[in-house]
Amino acid sequence: MLLDFEKPLVELENRISELKNYTGEKGIDLGVEIESLEKRSLDLKKEIYQNLTPWQRTQLARHVERPNTLDYIKMLFTDWLPLSGDRLFGDDPAIVGGIGKFEGRPVTVIGQVKGHNTKENLARNFGMTHPEGFRKCWRLAQQAAKFHRPVLSFIDTPGAYSGIDAEERGQAWAIANNLYAFARLKTPLIAVITGEGGSGGALALGVGDALLMMENAVFSVISPEGCAAILWKDASRASQAAEALKMTASELLRLGLIDGVVPEPLGGAHRDPQGAAVNLRQELRQILQALQQIDPDTLVELRWKRIRGIGEPK
Amino acid sequence: MTELFKDLFRKPQKYITVRADTMAQDKGTLWIKCPECGEILYVRELEKNLEVCRKCNHHFRLSAPERLSITLDEDSFQEWDADLEAIDPLSFPEYQGKLSTAQEATGLHDAILTGEGRILGWPVMVGVLEPHFIMGSMGSVVGEKITRLVMGAIQKKLPLLLFSASGGARMQEGVFSLMQMAKTSAAIAKLNEAGILYVSVLTDPTTGGVTSSFAALGDVIIAEPGALIGFAGRRVTEQTLNEKLPPDFQTAEFCLKHGLIDLVVPRQQMQAVLAHILLLHSGSQPDISVNS
Ligand SMILES: [Zn+2]
Repeated sequence: MLLDFEKPLVELENRISELKNYTGEKGIDLGVEIESLEKRSLDLKKEIYQNLTPWQRTQLARHVERPNTLDYIKMLFTDWLPLSGDRLFGDDPAIVGGIGKFEGRPVTVIGQVKGHNTKENLARNFGMTHPEGFRKCWRLAQQAAKFHRPVLSFIDTPGAYSGIDAEERGQAWAIANNLYAFARLKTPLIAVITGEGGSGGALALGVGDALLMMENAVFSVISPEGCAAILWKDASRASQAAEALKMTASELLRLGLIDGVVPEPLGGAHRDPQGAAVNLRQELRQILQALQQIDPDTLVELRWKRIRGIGEPK
Repeated sequence: MTELFKDLFRKPQKYITVRADTMAQDKGTLWIKCPECGEILYVRELEKNLEVCRKCNHHFRLSAPERLSITLDEDSFQEWDADLEAIDPLSFPEYQGKLSTAQEATGLHDAILTGEGRILGWPVMVGVLEPHFIMGSMGSVVGEKITRLVMGAIQKKLPLLLFSASGGARMQEGVFSLMQMAKTSAAIAKLNEAGILYVSVLTDPTTGGVTSSFAALGDVIIAEPGALIGFAGRRVTEQTLNEKLPPDFQTAEFCLKHGLIDLVVPRQQMQAVLAHILLLHSGSQPDISVNS
């Protein structure tokens, strides 16, 4: 998948690799040309990725090549043990969960998974969570609390699934229960929005002691397309809506609605997943260390104070 | 604007006769057509019947003051946090104008009324969402007022009663609105730790971020007959599935059938059922001397 605003950069990069091949094949030294093109490429990269509009970031957040929760699990945890099911109805393929070691210490991981292609996306329901997925998260979080194991959640969803079956099984009730129960869970909870943080379905994994966002992730009460359709009866004005909604990581940090922004390598996480994971690892390590110093009762009270203060009139 | 509302409660009437959905029409409207069965109803009579169609039992939407008036004992309501007003934290397009229009139309500052009152003598902390105020949507003010009400219930050791009627989280306050779902749900968690009763009443319509937070968390959950209750809006679901939905989809009866709520209670019996629940959660009789 190639985004419009990335095209000039990719064209330039293709040109550089062509020249490099040519150098290799013909033995002609094009070092100077390559060097100057590489410099141009870096400048262009900076120009593009340091000046992204909220709508461009939304597109990056949804990029199919962006590392998904399974990729982060591979890059961040060892001794991974996947766990399934909500013990009530089924196992939601749009949610992965399990236990792994982070820096040598066991943690529980829950997360929403989007696919990297159509086939994977169909299997993962495009990352849209069913009630049994939210209940699976809750079950694994409770299990984690039993063993005083921290819970790390990875958020990446267009939203909770809306369908007849989801309503029959109490989609709203499943989300409400997570918001309610995570608020009082006696173990450290850290949530990271890695890509798309779509409304209540994202928040259902987002209540905790720290809410982080990757630099190019977005978090919103409604999709920009949906917002534009309501506001101006015109979904094509999504870029304007994306600005109005203040849905980027930097804006949400400024508004005090999230606790931190994890920098992505220049060019975005989809161009360098490993680099993104390195930055995330560092951030998670620091926060986990701090949270583990706090006893569970104090932790839960601090969590309440933090949530309580959001949107409180001055 | 609030003056109008205060007047309504200074001189309590048995039923408040200003109807938000007819206010916009000719003030002298005497007849109204039931949207469900088409019956032509005499407005005065409809009011006497608590805004329920006598032919098909369709429950018309009530404004928050109307709901309080038919639920609480006369003169018993004391409003809390009446002056809290939205601050437009995102400087969102057209929001200020929307707020003023809604304030003028409803006489309220935002989409909820909260306070203390009595039901057939039983004291309660009560909150009612106003469906005619930007679709009863939850922004920071609604979230904050509910949270303060819950904290008040804990402090006073009084049962909590919330009537929902809402389109969900308020788009114009972005993630601030979304976070009110977390805030109100966390407040209910504290209420439960304190052992305080919470009765949630779902009325037409209760959807989105309100259903997915405090409204779904009652010890007892009641709905009015025929009320639209669900997570996603019907239109969204229809678009997602690209098919027609069953006629009872997302109704109170659908929720009852699927084990999501406890009771469907017609409006005429609501007050009695609420008093019954309060009785079953109290060690003593209510102070009936205040009952008129
Ligand atoms: Zn009728």
